Amino acid sequence: MYKIYLDHVSYIYGQGTPFEKKALDDVSLGIRAGCMTGIIGHTGSGKSTMMQLLNGLASPTEGKVLLDDYDINSRPEEVLEACKSLPPYRNLSKSAAKKAIKAEVTRRRRELCFRVGLVMQYPEYQLFEETVFKDIAFGPQNMGLSEEEIKARVLEAAEFTGIESDLLDKSPFDLSGGQKRRVALAGVIAMRPEVLVLDEPAAGLDPRGRDFIFEGISHYQKTTGSTVLIVSHSMEDMARYCDDMVVMANGQVKMHGNCKEVFSKVSDLSSIGLDIPQITQLMALLREKGMDVPQDIYTVDAAVSAVKRFLETGKGGV
Amino acid sequence: MKGVAFGQYYPAVSPMHRIDPRAKVIMAVLYIVCTFLCKNLTGFIALLLSAILLVTLSHIPLKLVLRSLRPILFIIAFTSVINIFMTKGETLLTPESWKIKIYAEGIWNALFMVLRITVLIIGTGIFLTYTTTPIALTDALEYLLSPLKKIKIPVHDFAMMMTIALRFIPTLTEETEKIMNAQKARGADFTTGSLLKRAKALIPILVPLFVSAFNRAFDLASAMECRCYHGGEGRTRLNVLHYRAVDFVAILLVAAFGVGLFFLNRYGFGYTLS
Repeated sequence: MYKIYLDHVSYIYGQGTPFEKKALDDVSLGIRAGCMTGIIGHTGSGKSTMMQLLNGLASPTEGKVLLDDYDINSRPEEVLEACKSLPPYRNLSKSAAKKAIKAEVTRRRRELCFRVGLVMQYPEYQLFEETVFKDIAFGPQNMGLSEEEIKARVLEAAEFTGIESDLLDKSPFDLSGGQKRRVALAGVIAMRPEVLVLDEPAAGLDPRGRDFIFEGISHYQKTTGSTVLIVSHSMEDMARYCDDMVVMANGQVKMHGNCKEVFSKVSDLSSIGLDIPQITQLMALLREKGMDVPQDIYTVDAAVSAVKRFLETGKGGV
Repeated sequence: MKGVAFGQYYPAVSPMHRIDPRAKVIMAVLYIVCTFLCKNLTGFIALLLSAILLVTLSHIPLKLVLRSLRPILFIIAFTSVINIFMTKGETLLTPESWKIKIYAEGIWNALFMVLRITVLIIGTGIFLTYTTTPIALTDALEYLLSPLKKIKIPVHDFAMMMTIALRFIPTLTEETEKIMNAQKARGADFTTGSLLKRAKALIPILVPLFVSAFNRAFDLASAMECRCYHGGEGRTRLNVLHYRAVDFVAILLVAAFGVGLFFLNRYGFGYTLS
């Protein structure tokens, strides 16, 4: 069962102008529900564009984006068809019905944003409120929740992202870069989206900040069982946290599968200009030197235990 | 928001694109004078032909050129209506008994005014915005206005301010779009509700936009200072503009066109503007 399915999706920037550019070229892709999926590719490979299609901020030039088998870009006419038979619309005058349907389309758009939470690149630029608490509460407030519910969600989101309670009353502009990033992430998590989409969530952060962000995302995903999509070009992070992997190049999906499958195709990856994680490269080198360590190792932790096991069983010195 | 960014530079390879930006500024000024030299139908036909020639020489799609007229359509319509109804002449077209009086001279005036405004917009567009990048344009203005430095007008500083402003328009547009998208993703709603509600909905966009604009300004200032920028005094350029013979010929051609129009006024037929 796919949570999200892209059905022959193409996206063209500036169609009909001299600056026309094809960002996505006939992409078909299914994202498994309840999984962490990493999307890797170079700049300009179309990954960020794909992210914006998922919550309806942009609609594909061609093709469909399905969320739980529902086409998120259903045209007003189709919404109209669906609404026509409903009792409140049947008795309305034509103009009133038109207005009601327009409101319905907007409502669906917004609801989609709450279901598919999108964290953009460098999301700390979106902070605007006087306090961290209020900023995180912006999303839940737009959902029209009660005061208590909003408070509960803000505290929950702050906990997921590791924001200490004394920070909640501070101005978001007084925080450090990493803290700001976590507040922005909490602002989206507070909406409790079924699908969380993150565009380069750790870009420009120090290693500690990176770990904080990824741990938070992982924690949220495990607790709520939601579907998470992460765009990144860091193989190490992807290998550590993701179940599935999508490799993109030139607006097309080049590979799709679990981490093991993708990282085993070393030559395909390097032809796109991507590398396998450094630790996997190291393991390959060790094997070349005659150490009997397994090939499918993608994280430092796994490498440590593999090397330990090798040394303990004592299969000869290196 | 896309496509309305200031300036409509259209990248292409054409004789018009290659002409020195300073020459183009001079030509644009001369061409504006030309449009005002026309007094009769012969002159306006020549003017219209020249505009068509300019569009062909610049390799800009006609559709794009005509689109630039859309924002001033109202002004064109307004002036022609005013001209038709307010001009008093000798040949009355409407029956004597009517309260509203339309004269043939009014129709002619309106026609000429429409032609003049249209050609004016197309001509300056071709010389300046379509074929010259905004940066080249400010450069050209700095060169052309540099005599004003003698009377202590800080021409260089103005040009630098303009360059920076122009440079950051697309950046800020992009930024606005990004912030709008980010807030939309959090369920912000900019389109429905009362005026007050919609004005309030702008706060989540304006606050981050101002914060980042100020940060950008500070960064730019320190970056310029780090490279020892201290104004125009003794500053040399990376891209020095050079006049070529073609540029002078082009200027002379536009000037000659003006002189030609001046004499064409004698051989006009039909109605002549006073």
